[in-house]
Amino acid sequence: MEISHENYQIYYDEATATITCQGSFRLRGGPEYQPILDLLMQAANAKPETLTLDVSALEFLNSSGINTLSKFILQVRNHNASTIIIKGNNQYRWQEKSLINFQKLLPTLQLEVQ
Amino acid sequence: MVESGWAMTQRFGNFIARRAGSGEYLKIGFSPNSIPLQQRWRNNGLSADFLADYLSTFFPGKDPDSAERQAEIKDAVSYLANELLENAMKFSYALPQHTVSIEMFLEADVISLYVTNNLDPSTLAGFQAYIQRLLTEDPGALYMERLERNAAENSEEASGLGFLTMLNNYGATLAWEFTDFGESGDGVTVTTMAQLTV
Repeated sequence: MEISHENYQIYYDEATATITCQGSFRLRGGPEYQPILDLLMQAANAKPETLTLDVSALEFLNSSGINTLSKFILQVRNHNASTIIIKGNNQYRWQEKSLINFQKLLPTLQLEVQ
Repeated sequence: MVESGWAMTQRFGNFIARRAGSGEYLKIGFSPNSIPLQQRWRNNGLSADFLADYLSTFFPGKDPDSAERQAEIKDAVSYLANELLENAMKFSYALPQHTVSIEMFLEADVISLYVTNNLDPSTLAGFQAYIQRLLTEDPGALYMERLERNAAENSEEASGLGFLTMLNNYGATLAWEFTDFGESGDGVTVTTMAQLTV
């Protein structure tokens, strides 16, 4: 599964159960984020033992994007079947401010920030 | 009857009037009705990044400590300006002559952003009630509550997270000024102030 746009990309690798997000997520509200949410939900609903969300190349995330990723985290929490690992990069400062809140939604979530 | 030139002002939070003429400032204006919102949307990010890049001149990153500070400031201004502009574009009310503006002031260690747009008068009461909650309740708790509720309802409405992330993730101070110009002018405008101490 893959969504590729001039300013952002997201893809899910089933073999490694890894979702990779890149570029800048500055889309306009829920309807524009729907395809991204669908991809995230498909990964969550596959219920792999470990699910990796790699945002280390995600430069920007607006509040609608935070909302979208939160829905994914909460879906995984509801299934109670997968452990989430989020891979981040401190080079992008929003990550240390925002990712910690995902851990508050799901305390078993592991943050690996370079 | 409302006299011409009459305007009623109402403030929420610690709204500090703009002080042009002292320190550095920048102002960008948009005419939201000139091109469709879909095409205009990318300007939010471009403008926010421009403001953040521009500001970094005043916080040179020569050594590791100041480079760290510069990166923090750039990220914060880019995030706050983008959210404020997204809100303004989403909620401004279609009047032909209406403009949306963003202003940035730099004074010593305080960065202030002011975004002005008009809004649909029928949304005013709900918006002001929400502002009261933002100003009186714990933003951390409100933020988590909102994330849970948005996921549970799965509605396509606005996420309501913009102001909460500014307060919670960036420690910004928010305040609002509403001005009612009456039916002859721009209707009701709101200026949102977001201030960062750096």
